[in-house]
Amino acid sequence: MKRAVGLLALLLLTTPLWGRELKVCADPNNLPFTDRRGEGFENRIAELVAKDLGATLRYTWWAERRGFFRNTLKAGLCDVVMGVPTGTEMALPTRPYYRSTYVFVSRKDRGLALHSFDDPALRKLRIGVQIIGNDYANAPPAHALSNRGIVGNVVGYTVYGNYAEESPPSRIVRAVAQREVDVAVVWGPLAGYYARRQTVPLVLVPVSPQIDLPFLPFVYDIAIGVRRGEKALRDEIDAVLERRQGEIAAILDRYGVPRVGAGERRTAP
Amino acid sequence: MRQGDFLFLLLCATVLGLGCQDKTAHIVQGPAPPAHTGTPGSPSGNVRLTAGSPPEDGQWTMPAKDYASTRYSGLGEITTGNVKDLKLAWSFSTGFVAGHEAAPLVVGGTMYVVTPFPNYLYALDLTKPGAPAKWTYKPKPDAASQGVACCDVVNRGAAYQDGKIFFNTLDDHTIAVDAATGKEVWKTQVGDINRGESITMAPIVVKGKVLVGNSGGEFGVRGWLTALDTATGRIVWRAYSTGPDKDVLIGPGFQPFYSQDRGKDLGVSTWPQDAWKIGGGTVWGWISYDPELDLVLYGTSNPGPWNPDQRPGDNKWTATAFARKPDDGSARWAYQFNPHDLYDYDGVNEMVLLDMDVAGKARKVIVHPDRNGYVYVMDRQTGEVLSATPFVPITTTLKVDLKTGRPVENEAKRPGFGHVVREICPAAPGGKDWQPSAFSPRTGLLYIPHNNLCQDTEGVQANYIAGTPFVGANNKIYAGPGGHRGEFTAWDPVAGRAVWKVKESFPAWSGALATAGDVVFYGTMEGWFKALDAKTGKLLWQFKAGSGIIGQPIAYRGPDGKEYVAILSGVGGWTGAIVSNNLAPQDGTAALGMVNAMSDLPQHTTRGGTLYVFSLP
Repeated sequence: MKRAVGLLALLLLTTPLWGRELKVCADPNNLPFTDRRGEGFENRIAELVAKDLGATLRYTWWAERRGFFRNTLKAGLCDVVMGVPTGTEMALPTRPYYRSTYVFVSRKDRGLALHSFDDPALRKLRIGVQIIGNDYANAPPAHALSNRGIVGNVVGYTVYGNYAEESPPSRIVRAVAQREVDVAVVWGPLAGYYARRQTVPLVLVPVSPQIDLPFLPFVYDIAIGVRRGEKALRDEIDAVLERRQGEIAAILDRYGVPRVGAGERRTAP
Repeated sequence: MRQGDFLFLLLCATVLGLGCQDKTAHIVQGPAPPAHTGTPGSPSGNVRLTAGSPPEDGQWTMPAKDYASTRYSGLGEITTGNVKDLKLAWSFSTGFVAGHEAAPLVVGGTMYVVTPFPNYLYALDLTKPGAPAKWTYKPKPDAASQGVACCDVVNRGAAYQDGKIFFNTLDDHTIAVDAATGKEVWKTQVGDINRGESITMAPIVVKGKVLVGNSGGEFGVRGWLTALDTATGRIVWRAYSTGPDKDVLIGPGFQPFYSQDRGKDLGVSTWPQDAWKIGGGTVWGWISYDPELDLVLYGTSNPGPWNPDQRPGDNKWTATAFARKPDDGSARWAYQFNPHDLYDYDGVNEMVLLDMDVAGKARKVIVHPDRNGYVYVMDRQTGEVLSATPFVPITTTLKVDLKTGRPVENEAKRPGFGHVVREICPAAPGGKDWQPSAFSPRTGLLYIPHNNLCQDTEGVQANYIAGTPFVGANNKIYAGPGGHRGEFTAWDPVAGRAVWKVKESFPAWSGALATAGDVVFYGTMEGWFKALDAKTGKLLWQFKAGSGIIGQPIAYRGPDGKEYVAILSGVGGWTGAIVSNNLAPQDGTAALGMVNAMSDLPQHTTRGGTLYVFSLP
């Protein structure tokens, strides 16, 4: 009898009662990436990965702000975080599943035709950028402009915005449509998704150069992050991402994510 | 900076007996009187308490003890002679593990303790053995506020007046609770957590108003100080730290001492267009009040979230001292400690109000040890800087020019995006962060718990937030000259020099307490609660608490007539985040580079909030 109980206990420990779970930490209010209703493209890709792994998808919701990794992935609340740049030290990245770029966003009716940070027109236009924090941590466009002495005509929109509104970072795209700024420099996926949701046509042009000197990339490879050291899970997800390439591309297309290159490099360019 | 300058500063700050300015050395000597004599003056009489420090009543009704922010207890039962016999009287677990920075309050026979998030307020009955809880008030703050607060979810304490306890929650509510019953009297939302604002500071109650300021400069909030009616919780006025004069409450009565602080709408014109709207200048530190001059005195935080090259100009009124009238908030003067801050040097540290002889003349002064590494002595009527003397090694500036009021920058230490700058001293947490100092009128010394930290900014690191990839600077904070990370310094504000220093392995991140028994108290991040001889710095007694100490010690007279000393332990805060938040020691850049400096802390302490109360047998 004693032995039978012991066997049962062993069985319970080794066989998950309800099957496998894929636990994802995500922001509940951050379209087009993730939201609580599962409507973001990273939600869709997470579903795809979970399905391929034969796992049930489960979310831990946490605003993606300072301390996000510390309080979620590192605290063991989940197995993965979707959509991390491969160069991050906060997590172990899988193979990238897309590569996007910062883009100039302007109203089509303005006919601005901007494509480079070196365009002299930028010295006169009112330019929106996203502001992240002090201590030299800021979105690359803010650095690229200030490195060129373009400061006085720059308008900052915090990525944190007003969390009571839908997708606080998307405010900057609306600012272009509403003529608060002439042009904004925005991370591709955010721009692509919200440009389609404005009442006026907007134009998106990838910025150049792709890497500003001394080291300021505008193009990032995006991967799924697992906890450092968890190579087995990383390898497993790598295989899924490879198998599901076509489906992932279809999701990204559906959400208007601008992409560049093949997105196969393991480190940020 | 030439090497010689650096060495000079180093000597000024660290070698005993060497003054940095040509002043007659202030000698501290003579036998200690047996008990508190009530004489409000140092042995030489050249630095004295003010009307902001009323006679001792055995209570502790605000974190700074009095409006002058002396953190001086007139109780003298515990002395240098008997402190070795100090014993634990009782203890109390708060049930929370984040950083515990608050000072307990004692009003009559009750002690009040406010915890870090979720900001419980406990009332403990001192009239009963073991001080059991009378009631607990639970404000139930928004859980999302945890993700918004910078660094750690601390709370620096409550304030008592007229039968009510006033305190703030992380999610921007100011609350008045009936001190007898624990019933909520009013609760007012003063900020918006959704916009990145949070509140960690302790309020102060002045002339029927609760004064409260916000935190969150890193998130692009605009700083303010606001006043609420103590009876109703209604907001009476709000003074912003940036923007047009009408928002900053600058009017005809505004008379700053230096020309750099004069002009119309400087809170707008010293920024690129509109940058002031998300410019920081939050008010998360300490507030003092001078009842004679009827002035509220406090400092604002550094500018953010822009990088310095994105915000050319002085960026007023960030890193600035303000003097305001409490009735309507109108500004009387302002002085910017750090125009166009480059290093995260907030101006929010305590303003200790004293009367002092300066060049043979009695002056009403503020003594303010700033993040930038200087102890400022300022005229609190006018905002004139009378002296600014380094109390730690400084490489970022050469001196403070007393004619213009401006610090003279060291161009070689100017950080910029994408290039390496080494030996930035003090590091971002400053020569001293929030940890408040104490003043003893018996020794004439200011007891300053502080840091000895420098920083390298090297290379860039890929990161992301809210789905947006970016690269940030890779900050590494480390021990300053000497290899230790903290000090407890007895500072002579008249002579402008350290009289003695105690080196600490970790930053001295707790507050200080001075007592009439000539014993000073503070705690270390390893968890040692220490009693030192106020005159010599000699260690007289210590107790190992369960967790590192970053709280504020207090002294009070219990219902039994005995003197007690109380301290909260519970490591955390910016420096302690590695323990309270379980950060990985190998991730040196975590907590803005602080983890690099603190990687060995987890070997010395574990987290957990406990109140300890000591007395003589």
